[in-house]
Amino acid sequence: MPAAHQIDIHHVAKLARLTLTEDEAACYAAQLDGILTYIDTLTQHDLGAAEPTAHAMPVYDVLRVDEPRPGFTQEQALSNAPKRSGDQFQIPKVIE
Amino acid sequence: MLASSTITTLRQQLVAGEITPRDIILDLAKAIESRNTSLGAYLSWDIDAALAEADKADTSGPLGGIPIAIKDNINVTGQPCTCGSRILAQNYTAPYDAGAIQRLRAGGAIPFGRLNMDEFAMGSSTENSALGVTRNPCDLERVPGGSSGGSAAAVAGDLAIAALGSDTGGSIRQPAALCGCVGIKPTYGRISRYGLVAFASSLDQIGPLTKTVADSALLLNHLCGHDSRDSTSLNVETPDFTASLGQDIKGLRIGLPKEYYINGIHPGVSASVQAAIRKLESLGAIIEEISLPHTELGVATYYVLAPAEASANLARFDGVRYGHRSAGAADLMEHYTRSRSEGFGPEVKRRILLGTYVLSSGYYDAYYIRAQKARTLIRDDFTEAFKKVDVILSPTSPTPAHKLGEMKDNPLAAYLEDVFTIPVNLAGLPGISVPCGTVEVEGKALPVGLQIVGKALDEATVLRVAHAFEQS
Repeated sequence: MPAAHQIDIHHVAKLARLTLTEDEAACYAAQLDGILTYIDTLTQHDLGAAEPTAHAMPVYDVLRVDEPRPGFTQEQALSNAPKRSGDQFQIPKVIE
Repeated sequence: MLASSTITTLRQQLVAGEITPRDIILDLAKAIESRNTSLGAYLSWDIDAALAEADKADTSGPLGGIPIAIKDNINVTGQPCTCGSRILAQNYTAPYDAGAIQRLRAGGAIPFGRLNMDEFAMGSSTENSALGVTRNPCDLERVPGGSSGGSAAAVAGDLAIAALGSDTGGSIRQPAALCGCVGIKPTYGRISRYGLVAFASSLDQIGPLTKTVADSALLLNHLCGHDSRDSTSLNVETPDFTASLGQDIKGLRIGLPKEYYINGIHPGVSASVQAAIRKLESLGAIIEEISLPHTELGVATYYVLAPAEASANLARFDGVRYGHRSAGAADLMEHYTRSRSEGFGPEVKRRILLGTYVLSSGYYDAYYIRAQKARTLIRDDFTEAFKKVDVILSPTSPTPAHKLGEMKDNPLAAYLEDVFTIPVNLAGLPGISVPCGTVEVEGKALPVGLQIVGKALDEATVLRVAHAFEQS
């Protein structure tokens, strides 16, 4: 069956910071196509003038007092780092 | 055997001095060590740490000395928190307690044991865990449901007194139904999400899985309450939920959505739920047909919004601050893509891809905004219905537990199993699943769950109906 949605799966994967093998790409593209076809019940339905809802129980403008409070120590924050250099997270070289 | 007991009973025994918190931990440890190999409910447990806590437990607190097993996506200081994923399976130890855990501890409870789950709570069978298989205690050939499958299997299989789960589209209620225990998802915002690893933030909610409705009410008393570290936490008073138990349900109005009682429900499930409805009627409840006209949009709406939010939430797994880091990446981009691709399993990748797609340029309005509009219609359906009735009844799941592997190649069919639970999350309402009988399948009695949904913040009525039904 031809795909109903033209999904550029490698582009989507790149946006999602994932790499896919060709087999995975073909599998996910077909599965997403099936799911999106189902989701099209939404695009075919007349939703009228309904306002979008982001949260069922909306809470607005939640602010806290801007003052220091206890947090992680540097050691706690780094405790799960897969790679560290001194007191910092280490990542591959970014600048030549 | 203490492991098969309830919080309420154990508390009485503790207060009477008949048992100690240490006795409970030792009995649970024995049960876990003899039966977890076949059930696979727990991913890990630390007996020595739990015994140390038990020995200094203050048993005067309302949960004093009671061990509570924890779904493996809720942070407990010093314990693993794998989310059922390879990306967190090694080298992650939680450096802090989730808000819900702090509240349990304040009541005197002991967080003991980490429970298996679908990876990042994405699934309804626990088969998406990268770290092990969990089986249904009623039939080891079948799934326990999910995503809190480990929680439900542990409680129903008497490997836990009670457990915490999380529910984004049914992940507490559905496994509770399939394993035969009680599971409640409270109103969105009742329980702090601080320290719960985020899947879909506008839908996620922590809740208890227990052997009785009374235990759920008791745990909710302690779990609920405002937390300034979760900006969606509701700043409302927590009533004493146990006070509503034992009240009769005479004159209470119960709605049956006509859209729910249609094709696709297993005949055995349907019969059990019909019998439950008759029982509630005999207790004095008034049964009315209602309409939730946008029910058919629920699953599609959910499978836009939840993956969209997940794709953003799971961006944090970048192999830098915690979690799996791929070895030998040449540059930063390769570091990200390889760490994530090696760490995440197939269902998580599928949902991240779907979420990224529906949020991407050109599709955002067509999918994401439309889904948010549909969410409004679904919520408004409930608002209208609750003008006529006090609670809404349905099966929790349209089918009993399926066999392991049965749904493997059909993700969409698995998604459709959540048809009755998803709208409740979209509308942010409280919902409970209580056991309402069994259906005989291939010589095994498989549990059926009855879902009771209430108005926002009206857990008291939901618990009252559930308790009346349970005790009848």
